[in-house]
Amino acid sequence: MSKKELISKVGLRLDGRRADELRRIRCKLGVFSEPDGSAYIEQGLTKVLAAVYGPHQVRSNRLKAQADAVIINCQFSMAVFSTSERKKRPRGDRKSTELSLHLRQALIAAIEVEKYPWSQIDVYVEVLHADGGTINVIFFKFNRIIDLFRYFPACVNAATLALIDAGIPIKEYVCACTASIANDNQPMVDISHEEEILGGPTLTIVALPMCEKVVLMEMSQRFHLDHLKLVLEKALEGCKNTKNILDQAVQNHIIDVGASTGWAGTGEKVKR
Amino acid sequence: MPSNIQIRLATDRVNYTIALNQRVPKIYTPGEIITKQNEFMRGHGTYEENGDLKASVAGVKEEINKLISIRPLKCRYNGETGDVVIGRITEVQQKRWKVDTNSRLDSILLLSSVNLPGGELRRRSAEDEHMMRKYLQEGDLISAEVQNVFSDGSLSLHTRSLKYGKLSQGVLVKVSPTLIKRSKTRFHNLPVGASIVLGNNGYIWISPIMNVEESAVGGFVQNLDEVISKPERETISRLRNCIQALAQCKMMLYDTSVLYAYEESLKYDVKELLIPEAIVDLGILTQERISMLTNG
Repeated sequence: MSKKELISKVGLRLDGRRADELRRIRCKLGVFSEPDGSAYIEQGLTKVLAAVYGPHQVRSNRLKAQADAVIINCQFSMAVFSTSERKKRPRGDRKSTELSLHLRQALIAAIEVEKYPWSQIDVYVEVLHADGGTINVIFFKFNRIIDLFRYFPACVNAATLALIDAGIPIKEYVCACTASIANDNQPMVDISHEEEILGGPTLTIVALPMCEKVVLMEMSQRFHLDHLKLVLEKALEGCKNTKNILDQAVQNHIIDVGASTGWAGTGEKVKR
Repeated sequence: MPSNIQIRLATDRVNYTIALNQRVPKIYTPGEIITKQNEFMRGHGTYEENGDLKASVAGVKEEINKLISIRPLKCRYNGETGDVVIGRITEVQQKRWKVDTNSRLDSILLLSSVNLPGGELRRRSAEDEHMMRKYLQEGDLISAEVQNVFSDGSLSLHTRSLKYGKLSQGVLVKVSPTLIKRSKTRFHNLPVGASIVLGNNGYIWISPIMNVEESAVGGFVQNLDEVISKPERETISRLRNCIQALAQCKMMLYDTSVLYAYEESLKYDVKELLIPEAIVDLGILTQERISMLTNG
């Protein structure tokens, strides 16, 4: 496979982006009325819905309830119609379970778990549309982990937005981003499906962009040690840019909602 | 089969925001530094890191003297003593009921903090404990007042007043607790022929006009035999749709706003109030009337 030509001489990638440009991110908060918080995000062609319930009383498995921390329960699923081949099991298979655990790990880094004893937070994310359906399905039989892990960044970002919408205190945004290496030494950010197939190893990181902490890191293949630092920096930069976009969306949402209520109940106590 | 079914594409979605052009306060988002000075106390929605006070939720700043907190626009119900809440019984335990009140943990209603039939000074015997399910069972709706808040954040309720107790015939609407405007009275008998209870926890109970003498038995009697007439039921459903519409438009809920919405809704059929365009129209009309009231 041609790893070399992922960035053309003019500096453009296959889909016309530059090396440090993200795919288009569109997001919306508060898409459902029933859950406590919900969000929808589009990153390139990947579309993800997230819903957050809680914090609420532990109901199903009461023995699990802890006196010093909240239970965080994540579920990753893919809609059966999200890929070109209809999926047989939308959730519950080994890879989805693994991704659920990863998601939980990522969110725990930001949620102030000790604030909510005896309670539980449920986070559900569902991939509605998966980027890259048609190309070579057999290819994925060998490394299906990449297949699902590609949607992980969008899921993390959606879950963060949903948590914010639910009013659950988090330390800061949890953002995820991918990066890879092209033309032997040029790092590039936010890898699309096409580039992932043609290109080399992909690094996925989940980070807290403000304090620059990496929460979770996953590589699809081995990296050369010299490349790793470059790619990691690029991915972190991608996380920061993602954070700015999400932040803008949150601000807009709050302004919309707050202006309708006339900011009532918010300025009340100041006057007293 | 009903002949008019409304189906629309996602692209035809109606935008429910009816925001007025006002001065927008500063919005804080998680991780943002509120102040670098450390003379302030940290309240809800904030945390301290490296000497900086940072926000942990997205919302607006609230300052009371030295206490800074960030208030999110949507969250679970945080109870305060004296609040009136509507709740649903989830569990019957020994000497107490567990009640779902939309808060973080289930609230507790002790057997000793309810009015049992037979007078105020009645002793609670072991027999009463066995009879508990007869008074209130799982799934029953009650109105109650918050007696106190425990250290872990769960609430203790009481129904020691004739106003409170089991709810019988009516409609429950669930909205976000932040949309309920704080006021002294929570029980309203609307002149349109229905009464509403605006629970501080975001649960709203709409029922036919209640008179206090009727529930003087201690609040455990459900009168399910009484037939509510059709016009009365229509009024209740219209109120329900109006409240739902106001909540959809993120408008504050209190007796006046609900009443205005009801009056403005009269040009629509009850079922038409579920159509997005009607909801937005109702929201705008109600907001206009409210702003007229406040401005002049």
